[in-house]
Amino acid sequence: METGLSILIGLFFTVSVYLMLSKELVRMLLGIAILGNAVNLLIFTAGRLTREVPPLIPEELYTPAVQTANPLPQALVLTAIVISFSFLAFLLVLAFRAYQELGTDDANEMRVAEPADEQAPPQGY
Amino acid sequence: MTPAAIDTTILAVLAPFAAAVVAPFATKIFKHNAAWILALVPAWIFYHFAGYIGPVSHGETFTPAVEWAPSYGINLSFYIDGLSTLFALLISGIGTFIILYAGGYLNGHPQQGRFFSFLFLFMGAMLGLVTGNNLITLFIFWELTSITSFLLIGFDHLRAASRRAALQALVVTGGGGLSLLAAFILIIGATGEIEMSVLLSSPDVIKNSGLYLPIFILVLGGAFTKSAQFPFHFWLPNAMEAPTPVSAFLHSATMVKAGVYLLMRMHPLLGDTELWTTVLPIFGGVTLLVGTILAVRQTDLKLMLAYTTVASLGLLVMLVGTSWEKALEGAVLYLLAHSLFKGALFMVAGIIDHETGTRDVTKLGGLRGAMPITFAAACLAALSMSGLPPFIGFIAKEVLYEGTWEMGAGSLLVTGTAVLGNSLMLVIAAAVAIKPFFGPAVETPKHAHEGPVLLFAGPLVLSLAGFAAAFFAHQTGELFIGPMLSSLTGQSAHVDLHLIPGYISAPLILSVLTVALGVVLYLQLARLRALVASVLAAIGWGPDKGFDQFVAGIVSLSAAVTRLVQGGKMQTYMMLTFGVTAAAVLVPAFLNDGLPSMPAMPDYAFYEWGILGMAFLGLIAVLVAKTRLTAIVSLGIQGFAVALIFMLFGAPDLSFTQFMVETLSVVILALVMTRLNLSPRDHRPAGAALVTGAISAGVGAGIALTLMAITQQPFDSRLSDFFTAYSRTIAHGRNIVNVIIVDFRGFDTLGEIAVVVLAGLCVLALIRVRTKPEVKVDEDASAEALAKRVEAS
Repeated sequence: METGLSILIGLFFTVSVYLMLSKELVRMLLGIAILGNAVNLLIFTAGRLTREVPPLIPEELYTPAVQTANPLPQALVLTAIVISFSFLAFLLVLAFRAYQELGTDDANEMRVAEPADEQAPPQGY
Repeated sequence: MTPAAIDTTILAVLAPFAAAVVAPFATKIFKHNAAWILALVPAWIFYHFAGYIGPVSHGETFTPAVEWAPSYGINLSFYIDGLSTLFALLISGIGTFIILYAGGYLNGHPQQGRFFSFLFLFMGAMLGLVTGNNLITLFIFWELTSITSFLLIGFDHLRAASRRAALQALVVTGGGGLSLLAAFILIIGATGEIEMSVLLSSPDVIKNSGLYLPIFILVLGGAFTKSAQFPFHFWLPNAMEAPTPVSAFLHSATMVKAGVYLLMRMHPLLGDTELWTTVLPIFGGVTLLVGTILAVRQTDLKLMLAYTTVASLGLLVMLVGTSWEKALEGAVLYLLAHSLFKGALFMVAGIIDHETGTRDVTKLGGLRGAMPITFAAACLAALSMSGLPPFIGFIAKEVLYEGTWEMGAGSLLVTGTAVLGNSLMLVIAAAVAIKPFFGPAVETPKHAHEGPVLLFAGPLVLSLAGFAAAFFAHQTGELFIGPMLSSLTGQSAHVDLHLIPGYISAPLILSVLTVALGVVLYLQLARLRALVASVLAAIGWGPDKGFDQFVAGIVSLSAAVTRLVQGGKMQTYMMLTFGVTAAAVLVPAFLNDGLPSMPAMPDYAFYEWGILGMAFLGLIAVLVAKTRLTAIVSLGIQGFAVALIFMLFGAPDLSFTQFMVETLSVVILALVMTRLNLSPRDHRPAGAALVTGAISAGVGAGIALTLMAITQQPFDSRLSDFFTAYSRTIAHGRNIVNVIIVDFRGFDTLGEIAVVVLAGLCVLALIRVRTKPEVKVDEDASAEALAKRVEAS
């Protein structure tokens, strides 16, 4: 049952990385958004899939009566979704502000930290 | 020995480090007179080690120790025998007068306290080096001397020459230190012993270990760099950039002898082999001749002395290299003599420089009237250096000639080298002691007069000590030279010294020859100087120049490597990162048979296929989107598809969260994307698209395959079972996922909330903080920037 999702997750990663390898900020951001989903699905699937039975305990019992979905990856993914969202929001604003300040959305032209015409280090003592 | 009962010797070795801490404060209070108080520290150390003279001369040895890192076998352990005692006495004795001298020499210097501090640090390191028993301890002190030497040479750090010299000394001696560390590790590996005293008790263990050759080479790497043997000699003359007290202490009397000390210490372990008696005399002999010849060319007093120090170190290495007992005795004697006269002469040069304003020997003359005490000290020390009676230098030269003359194979070559070197040394001694003081008085930059007692105490005492050691030759031999020689040969040695040779013998004739040759050469000094200068000009290249080329090469190389791996292109970095990721996932899987077996066709229901297909379509649509709106909508589609997948497989909580987050993401993205452009076509040319596509497909395939391989393994459900079993019974919650988040892993959730808050704050900061428009720098440019900003917002 995990096979189909595994292939889909592979596709998620492929598309995400392909977008991130672009030099346009917009495509990179789209790639990052997809990457978050890809990783979450990866964790979810690695914990094995169970159809339709959420990990809930009935009112009158102390443990579930039937085999439920694995609760642990769900807890991890729940945390991860929120964090990847805040991360994405931050990156979106960062990219936007970088575009405003630098006047370009080409990642290869954003060279404030590593200027293209950097001088050779000084010789001597 | 328990840590509670720390031996006084250990305190003595560590005392200079304490003094280094106190020195700046003392100097703040007492100004230069702090030297009188601070000198008590080395004086006490001298007194303490003097207590060892008696027992050590009877063949006793001591190994005080405290535990340091016992699990690694590294202890602060010390080994006191004839060799280390004499060295410790020289370091602390000369050190006492150097501290006094530094008090006078740097009188009024704003950083005098720091200078004292550095000197004490060095003194402690040097004491630890010569007494160190544990090889690792010894190495640490060895490197400390390199570092403190760096600090002292670069003391006047505002001058580029001084910085260069400091760096050069550090690179050369520090590199040698690494070589020594490798040697020590090999020794520990080959013998299983880490204490020098244990190694010395079975001296043949290294020679028989099969690792003798690499150990020998690596030890020489350490010793030759430290003791400035050709071709590593160039750093020592450059180190004369340091203030004169440093030159007198480190670069003549003590630190540069560390290499010789190491060779002497290791002599029972490594010496007396064919390799040893071939390599060492050759390097030593060449260094002796190169040093003296280069010394002749100089006119700067300190540089003349520095090159003769190189020569003396060469002589010592040559003598140690003979492994002939009488020659070793000569080496020990010469080492003592050299420390005394060279320390004194350096201090004399410093006084002349300090009181007249120049140390160019051609600009000096007739100072004997103005500086009578300095003149006396200079004469005494120079006579000892020339090897004339009645000084210790004379006895040393007699003994070493006797040794080289008798030693058999290679005797003539070694003796000849020694005679030539010694006669040139006599020339320099005469030039340093006679030229500035005799002849007509010459106008000097400062009005010449005698220095204060702080300055002349050192040279006077040291040169008198050279006389006393010779006058009490018998006692010198019995108390100092004999025990030290025993350490070198590994068996008890008896030394009988006489100031007056009993009969006319070969050494005496050689001495006369040396003096005659020296006098002849001195009379031709000007011509000799011109000759050496023209030969050097003809060669045009030396190791010193080579060092500059080496440093320039290193800088250029590292700049080129940096430009290569950090070219500043985001795309390159990303491609490297993901390329490596793909390789890291795929290659081990192929190599180690980690691929999944062929899976069966998944048995999904039709609506499940539908949702998977929806995600697929969403992804492809994002990839090929030509407009912003398409891209955002498609992104939303794949996000909602993910939410539905969560729903299908029993994760309603995830599903709700995903719906919410995805909606918010799309909204923010839409806001941002109204400003940012999405070009309708991907900008990548076909070739680049192929490469990046291959990398992405590699990452995707790698992860898909790994995931399949993982899910084909049996599942270890212990952790999940734990949470399922205890969710209600312990934490009283029926929604297991929620219980895990808020209860079992509550701190994780706290961390998560902190991340969200932090991200929010950063977003706020990014939006609020604006760079101010540049004020009137360039009207056009700022107007343009302003227009752009208006357009952008």
